[in-house]
Amino acid sequence: MSSNALVEIRDLNFTYDKRPVLQGINMTFPKGKLVAIMGLSGCGKTTLLRHVGGALKPTRGYVRMDGQVMHELDQDGLYAMRRKMGMLFQFGALFTDMSVYDNVAFQMREHTDLPEDIIHSLVMMKLNAVGLRGAQNMMPSELSGGMARRVALARTVALDPMLIMYDEPFAGLDPISMTVIGDLIRRLNDALGATSIIVTHDIQESLKIVDYVYFMANGVIVAEGTPDELRASDKDFVHQFVHGEMDGPVPFHYPGVDYRQDLNLQA
Amino acid sequence: MAVINTIRAIGHRVVNAVWRIGVAARFFFLTLVYSGNSFRRFHLIVKELFSTGVMSLIIIIVAGLFVGMVLGLQGYETLKRYGSESALGVMVALGLVRELGPVMAALLFASRAGSAMTAEIGLMKATEQISAMEMMAVNPIARIVAPRFWAGVISMPLLAAMFSAVGIFGGYLVGVVNIGVDEGSFWSQMQAAVDFRQDIMNGVIKSLVFGTVVTLIALFEGFDAPPTAEGVSGATTRTVVTSSLAILMLDFVLTAIMFRGA
Repeated sequence: MSSNALVEIRDLNFTYDKRPVLQGINMTFPKGKLVAIMGLSGCGKTTLLRHVGGALKPTRGYVRMDGQVMHELDQDGLYAMRRKMGMLFQFGALFTDMSVYDNVAFQMREHTDLPEDIIHSLVMMKLNAVGLRGAQNMMPSELSGGMARRVALARTVALDPMLIMYDEPFAGLDPISMTVIGDLIRRLNDALGATSIIVTHDIQESLKIVDYVYFMANGVIVAEGTPDELRASDKDFVHQFVHGEMDGPVPFHYPGVDYRQDLNLQA
Repeated sequence: MAVINTIRAIGHRVVNAVWRIGVAARFFFLTLVYSGNSFRRFHLIVKELFSTGVMSLIIIIVAGLFVGMVLGLQGYETLKRYGSESALGVMVALGLVRELGPVMAALLFASRAGSAMTAEIGLMKATEQISAMEMMAVNPIARIVAPRFWAGVISMPLLAAMFSAVGIFGGYLVGVVNIGVDEGSFWSQMQAAVDFRQDIMNGVIKSLVFGTVVTLIALFEGFDAPPTAEGVSGATTRTVVTSSLAILMLDFVLTAIMFRGA
């Protein structure tokens, strides 16, 4: 394993219900870098992220993090590894029966013996970092989508993880919240010296903040490079994706029988 | 061909049912294994005791009062035929502590607290809260399931006792205050006839068994629910139906074991 890489994925294959979801994936996530995995909905991005988190076992290949092969770990080993990770879920996944404060304090209370006054200071620092110190007593149901995502971000970095994973962090956000979240992701990654993986299909926002991008389609990597390289790419798929074109290698029409046949017309 | 398909469908259903029972048994085993943390942090159980036990009190008290009043009325009419109106207290008390208290309280508990548990855990699953907990290296069975399980087991006998006590008061209101049965006979015959070990303790054991089964069904259904609106709705319905049937079947089995020949 390269000494500079926190996470390495080699020849990762995953089959679900006899359908290949991931095929021969090779990726490297260097320490301190922010790497995006992009692609259309259903291309296997989230499945890949779940392999990195150890939630799924590959059919072949492996994910190695910090020197450990994830699918070979027992439950204690997996939980020890997950304490070094943070994950931001698509819609925040805040605990709805807890206040904002308790959500951020959750991991500190579960995994440390810190006294409550220290936890208070840490929670305030995390909430201040996402600009929501004033919302500490609110319940998740009282937050807007953008605020909930920021609270979830504070909770994700509560124990200063070495790897932060983001599953569609921009989904369903207004343009201002999107910029705020993007900026926070970059700043928190740099401030914590962490490594981040962003799974997204929001190309414009992601290219502003990431260091490297992998493009996926149908379970394989179809392109990779820095944001500038991808903007200049002449590959048909990348061009269609980056410019949001309606038709191209990814067809507008889902495959089906001949149109005339569906309209009961003679060929 | 149709016969083969029918046999195949039946076989598929049987295999599925057996598989589900196995998964539920494993779930129960894991809940017991991971219960230590709940007792070390007893405040987690106390919090759940409030939502399952305390929040069920109103329905238990109101239902208990009316069931007791009906028992008082019906009992009086029946006993009067044999000139045994003074035994009304015994009839109401034995009916409640042996049968109606544990069974009715468990049925109400399944509809009120059991369905709420299933819906809550099902929605936690649908909104990825359980996955988030897993990713935070916190075992959801230890953190979510075990405290709720023990809260259900603890609160069920207390709710059944409350149901029986309020029911006896309901029987007193109708029998003594309203109809005019002698108050002294009502209470003294009850005191003489109700045996602590044979009647009250057996009722407590029944409610402990019902509490364990209902809470387990509710938690398992929530944890196993497909993470969709339809999935959570189906799981909630299954909790109420399965729990109710389990309570009634177990009641027969327990009654046969406890009171046969007594």
